[in-house]
Amino acid sequence: MSELSVTQETTHLDRQASWRRDVHRRHVLGQIGAHAVLLLLSFLFSIPFLWLVSSSLKPNSQLFKIPPEWIPRPFVWSNYPEALTYIPYFQYLKNTAYVCAFNVVASVLSCSYIAYGFSRVRWPGREVAFMILVGTMMLPYTVTMIPMFLIFKKLDWINTFGPLTWPAWTGAPFFIFLLRQFYMGIPMELSDSARIDGCNDLGIYRRIILPLAKPALATVALFAFLNNWNDFMGPLIYLRKQENWTIALGMYGFLSYRTSQWGLLMAAATVTVAPVIILFFFTQKTFIQGVTLTGLKG
Amino acid sequence: MRRATRHRLLIGLMFVFPWVIGLLVFNLYPILASAYYGFTEYSILRAPEWTGLENYRVMFTEDKLYFKSLSNTLYFVLLSVPLSTAIPVVLAIILNAKVKGMAFYRTVFYLPSIMPAIASSMLWLWILNPQYGLANEILRWIGLAPVGWMTSPQWSKPSLAAMSLWGAGGGIVIFLAGLQDIPVHLYEAAELDGANGLQRLFRVTLPLLTPSIFFNMVIDLIYYFQYFTQAYIMTGGTGGPLDSTLFYGMLLFRNAFEYFNMGYASAMAWILFLIVFIITFLLYNSSGRWVHYQGAEQV
Repeated sequence: MSELSVTQETTHLDRQASWRRDVHRRHVLGQIGAHAVLLLLSFLFSIPFLWLVSSSLKPNSQLFKIPPEWIPRPFVWSNYPEALTYIPYFQYLKNTAYVCAFNVVASVLSCSYIAYGFSRVRWPGREVAFMILVGTMMLPYTVTMIPMFLIFKKLDWINTFGPLTWPAWTGAPFFIFLLRQFYMGIPMELSDSARIDGCNDLGIYRRIILPLAKPALATVALFAFLNNWNDFMGPLIYLRKQENWTIALGMYGFLSYRTSQWGLLMAAATVTVAPVIILFFFTQKTFIQGVTLTGLKG
Repeated sequence: MRRATRHRLLIGLMFVFPWVIGLLVFNLYPILASAYYGFTEYSILRAPEWTGLENYRVMFTEDKLYFKSLSNTLYFVLLSVPLSTAIPVVLAIILNAKVKGMAFYRTVFYLPSIMPAIASSMLWLWILNPQYGLANEILRWIGLAPVGWMTSPQWSKPSLAAMSLWGAGGGIVIFLAGLQDIPVHLYEAAELDGANGLQRLFRVTLPLLTPSIFFNMVIDLIYYFQYFTQAYIMTGGTGGPLDSTLFYGMLLFRNAFEYFNMGYASAMAWILFLIVFIITFLLYNSSGRWVHYQGAEQV
């Protein structure tokens, strides 16, 4: 009797162990399969990047080889200094840096201030105003583009950075929306106790909300920078003189008069892309926050 | 109004007034002004001159380029919106797997979406170069005939769509956020009921992802109807070859800032506004039938 029960016990244990091994094996196989698929897809997505860097280092003769070659022979590092001096890249960089810095500062200050009014104070009409704000996020830019150009023309701001910078003080709907979401998560009790201590709303905004909202403000700063670094249409409309061009516009100019100099063009493109990639690697968390903050749960 | 309420109203307005100014100056006034300009002939040099429905008559009966740009845009929207929904959904589901080193993979897919349009357009122009480009080399390598890409009226729009897909990582992030919102207990319940992987995908994952799909579709629709930058850069503003990439936004830009036909361009802008508004509205109305919000009554 006892023998039987022992064998039963062992077969049971055996079965359990083999089941566990099975699950484990399936798990390992699944992991390997997933990695294989992901590596293949990642490779496909990286090809354009690799091609960008490879082309930027090739001599002209090798660029036009059929079939194309991946490894530059020799590495022509001089494509970089040549591209950056052939066009006044550093002048463009200075202009772009100015527009970006202005927008980052103005957006962070104005949007953080405005968002307070949409989340930390209860006033009649607030919900309607917020609906309007959301509505303007979906407004096609084409309907506002022409009258805005005419306003700036009347102000004699064409060919200045004014149209690309000053509007930031009125806040961007998307950033206000994002910060409002963040502010809503800060407990109201913090405001209440500050109020009891004699703090008014401006004080609460400055001393309590702003310090707590630093991660969300970083997200706004990051996106404000990227939007302006990448913007093409705004400068295309407003900046006619070459000395005012931003990098995006300057590179377009370069593209249109030296279309066969692909080595130089790719070098210039790499230099323009590099800050974005470096910034991304240092601020990954801030990026992800931006997505979770918009709260797409419906 | 009670004194306390009035006080709170004043405080609220004190905070939102910069936005109110922006709303009036950069949204409300421009919408009304462009509606008015649409009924005028306005070349900047002279004051706008009322011409009634003339701009709209020319647009709908005489301007051949107008219909060309409208059909190009519709074609591109119909090509790009489904693709830029379906492929990021699939990629997001793959990227949601529990695998070591996922942060690396996600980075690879996300990076192209934050590329400056000027850099990615230049890069793709080189990749799609009909003679020396990488794209045709890959086609030859698979054993297919090379195509003209941006130099062929047939292939120019698919070329742009392919390039957009490379930058579709923004959508992937939205879908990943949506996937991570799906409660695990629903999968456990489905598994207990004997649902296999495919059934779980079609009965749990996709239905609960519909809010994200809806949100992403609205954004994409508005974006692709106004598609401009990449097409402008890659064709040097011409919309070629044979006007095959002359999208609505490009024709509008040309009329406004190259011909300075502000009246006609404003009329075009308003028609686009109406089209986008109606399509978004229809999509929104249809959403009750196919978008499943969590927490909503399940019937």
